[in-house]
Amino acid sequence: MKIDRRSFLSFLLGGAAGTALSPLPWKLTDDSSIWTQMWPWTPVPEDGEASYVNSSCTLCPGGCGITVRKIDDRAVKIEGMKRHPVNNGGLCSLGLSGLQLLYGPTRVKTPLKRVGKRGRGRWEKISWKDAVSEVAKTLGDLREKGQSHTVGFISGSDRGTVPRLFERFLTVYGSPNLIRTPSIIDSYELALHLMQGAQALPGFDFENANFILSFGSGIVDGWGSPVRMFRANSAWRDTGGKVIQIEPRLSNTAAKSDKWIPINPGTEAALALGIAHIIIKESLYDAEFINNYSEGFEDWKAFVLGEYGPDSVATITGIDSTTIIALARSFARASKPLAICGRGQGTTPGSLNECTAVHALNALVGNINKKGGVFAVAEPDYINWPEVEMDATAAAGMQKNRLDGAGSKKYPFSRYLLNRLPQAINSGKKYPLKALFVAGANPLYTMSDSKAVKKAFDKVPFIVSFSSYMDETAQNADLILPNHNYLERYEDIPTPAGMPQPVIGLSRPVVEPQFNTKHVGDVIILLAKAMGGTLSDAFAWDSYDACLKETMGYKWQVIIEKGFWSYPDFVAGPREESFDTVSGKFEFAPKETGSLKPFKPVKIEGDKTNYPLLLMPYDSIRLANGAMGDPPFVMKSVDDTVLKGTDVFIEINPKTAGEHGLREGQLAMLSTPVGQAKVKVHLFDGIMPGLVALPRGLGHTAYDEYLAGKGINVNELIGPVEDPVSGLDAAWGVRAKLAKA
Amino acid sequence: MKHKNAKKYGMVIDLDKCTGCGSCMVACMAENNVPFRKDESNKVLSITWLRVYQLTNGKPFPNTDICYLPRPCMHCEGQHEGHSPCVSVCPAVATDYNTETGIVSQIYTRCFGCRYCMASCPYHARYFNWWDPVWPDGMEKYLSPNVSPRMRGVVEKCSFCFHRYQLAKEKAFKEGRREIKEDEYQTACTQACPAGAITFGDLNNPNHAVSRMVKPDPKHHGRPTNPNAFRLLERLGTNPKVYYLSSREWVRRAGDNYLENEAKYKKTVHQG
Ligand code: SF4
Ligand code: SF4
Ligand code: SF4
Repeated sequence: MKIDRRSFLSFLLGGAAGTALSPLPWKLTDDSSIWTQMWPWTPVPEDGEASYVNSSCTLCPGGCGITVRKIDDRAVKIEGMKRHPVNNGGLCSLGLSGLQLLYGPTRVKTPLKRVGKRGRGRWEKISWKDAVSEVAKTLGDLREKGQSHTVGFISGSDRGTVPRLFERFLTVYGSPNLIRTPSIIDSYELALHLMQGAQALPGFDFENANFILSFGSGIVDGWGSPVRMFRANSAWRDTGGKVIQIEPRLSNTAAKSDKWIPINPGTEAALALGIAHIIIKESLYDAEFINNYSEGFEDWKAFVLGEYGPDSVATITGIDSTTIIALARSFARASKPLAICGRGQGTTPGSLNECTAVHALNALVGNINKKGGVFAVAEPDYINWPEVEMDATAAAGMQKNRLDGAGSKKYPFSRYLLNRLPQAINSGKKYPLKALFVAGANPLYTMSDSKAVKKAFDKVPFIVSFSSYMDETAQNADLILPNHNYLERYEDIPTPAGMPQPVIGLSRPVVEPQFNTKHVGDVIILLAKAMGGTLSDAFAWDSYDACLKETMGYKWQVIIEKGFWSYPDFVAGPREESFDTVSGKFEFAPKETGSLKPFKPVKIEGDKTNYPLLLMPYDSIRLANGAMGDPPFVMKSVDDTVLKGTDVFIEINPKTAGEHGLREGQLAMLSTPVGQAKVKVHLFDGIMPGLVALPRGLGHTAYDEYLAGKGINVNELIGPVEDPVSGLDAAWGVRAKLAKA
Repeated sequence: MKHKNAKKYGMVIDLDKCTGCGSCMVACMAENNVPFRKDESNKVLSITWLRVYQLTNGKPFPNTDICYLPRPCMHCEGQHEGHSPCVSVCPAVATDYNTETGIVSQIYTRCFGCRYCMASCPYHARYFNWWDPVWPDGMEKYLSPNVSPRMRGVVEKCSFCFHRYQLAKEKAFKEGRREIKEDEYQTACTQACPAGAITFGDLNNPNHAVSRMVKPDPKHHGRPTNPNAFRLLERLGTNPKVYYLSSREWVRRAGDNYLENEAKYKKTVHQG
């Protein structure tokens, strides 16, 4: 909403006139104020002794340090931990509202077993003992029938002790189907693997960079570790660092940047290659790096020089050639340039070619494993558990192909392809999924093409959710084994997204468990013990806490005291040792990626005739859209141009709206090849004509009344598009049409 | 009554850094036991002591620009110290200007809900409790004992987290100090802002960051002398203690602009 001076003033005038004309007697005033005191029905919070507990927020992969203020045994406020390497005191609105999750109505308070049809919301309480033996029995039966591989596990992360326990369990049990939820990290991991031979996470040294070329990354919209990015962005304001934001919509990041360059959606890879073209043609690249540490440059150079002249790139991207040339020069000439990708919060992996093209720009300016550049950050190797012993069933199960096709002949490099799971289940071509476990994820909400996802889940006979909250996936499970809330449990949080040095954060109990919940790590250990044999052998720990303590070893004392373990002396290896490719050098054009083939835009769903518009989801830091949904406070911060009552607004350029005869606030029907929904129109000059945008994070059917039933889930309107090389979801949008409702 | 060591607490919000993330709004709600309801999309009724507004430059694509503007209570000094628009009109002395700190307080137990102050506040910083606050079962556990929850029928607004001032004073007193240090009293929003866009401190103290940032001119009721700094609706003469910084001219203009026929209104405005 615009600040409207008219309304400021009208209020003011009312006040002035009101005072002058007021007939209200002073006596009455006095009476009423006495009468209004001591209202019995407003709570009076009990006072007590104040204390503070340091922990880590795990509501997103950001890994912020938190300090929780307590009054006796109640947690009353979450604040950012001062001097924490990630956030130094600041916090995002979701992190600040964590107590509404801890004490809120969406908690699953005890193990629940479904009664009646799935998804109807009818449950009966079940004891932990019965719950664990029921799961053990189902898993045991499948194993006996040689179907251990038909068990799947969707996890929000694959790092740290908890996900590693899941992995260990599946390995000894005999299933290859552990699937991590997707994000831009998948594409980056692949790029680092193919171009640098690294098994590592991407780390970006934003603090030492001074020219950020962002291909749509929401630097202040929740990309990477959100609070760290906010801090870096403010530091650039102070030090004169520049941010160039390339995306078709004026996001908050674009608005904060030094230059916003709108681009035809989905053509970012072509722009990156166009910039490379100028850098190469004008010899602005880092010759020392290219000559000594790279391979395949000549081929790549010929390809880029041949295909990506500024004029042809201008035609593809809609950005005029002078801008492209100027951009390339300022990027190459900056003392610490850094190029990044991953649209919005990096919610989807995107096309692999786009990621490798952007990463190649960093290599061109010699920006790999170097101050202010991109680092390949290996996972800190503090988890050293004894090798597991696998019996014949486990070995046979692990030999089976993964259901999602990751690591298959078609997609040999990808590790997880959750986007392909619904199709694999629905087509029934490979093998059925007989049991599915979900932890730290809410796939029924976050996966695109909701209808297909739901259909696939309906085909899985046994679904177990470990969620602390009644989310969409829990609602459709057969059994909920509620984990402690993140403020009630220990957990290690290895290196937050995008950090250039390894850090291990610690989440620890701030309050006693409020309900009859159990740490998911303990449940896995109990389950393994209940199943006996090699499984119980592999899980010899008494409890998860004991396992964690033992794993951390000498670090435990420090991490307990400081709240995190950092590696201040961490240095990425020397250039000579940085690349573990066959050539031992940086690969500009790894043949696996087919990156010498001319740019082909991702083929998004829908045809132009029936669907003349393009729909893009957008990410807002005020709308949590991952495994967590918005708590009430954060919902309260959502603007009335995004959500009004239960209606969500689409953003549309006034010009496009005019062509459709649509006015501000009008209801319209938005249809795509995947689905349709009623929306309201919000005219926004900051969006490219021909595009419409919808926020992620609304349209929940689960959680509480503060969140559920408001707006629509954009995943109902958009489906995944498989990247030809990685198999990951490359969709950035979908074709759409809009009609008056 | 003027104290000898009177403070004038104020805030500087750097709009070049503010990203509109809303952390400040939420930190404030969490700190001050602000209630919430099922539907908070009617922003006139939605109690947000600190609200982040979106401003636009009104230009068509691709020259469009947006800027966020967080709006707490301005703790207006008025034309003479303490003549804040809201304080002047309250018949119940439920809102008061504290001369020791310059903070405009709201005393819920005195407020009887006439809402004159709301009408007189040019910044829409005040909110009325149309309903009793209700926390879902169990959630009242997180309520802070330092801030009393409000009841139906009273007006509430940003207090510059006054209870934090009191706690800091108490602590200093116990330690035998008369003065509190700059970092001992900070508001919840200042602390939470991930962008470090908010600075809080004593405008009377030239060593505090706020004074250094805006260089208030004491001869002109603290009008900023930093050319990038401005106060909202400066010409109303409310003399806010919240300052904004922006390097974008259109933003500064949007913050202190008038209606076409402003002259007509001006006199009435000064009554506050
Ligand atoms: S950015 Fe992520 S980790 Fe940090 S406070 Fe917010 S949700 Fe928590
Ligand atoms: S927390 Fe800071 S960056 Fe976020 S909206 Fe408030 S002032 Fe702006
Ligand atoms: S902003 Fe409004 S409520 Fe605050 S002091 Fe000024 S007039 Fe009073």
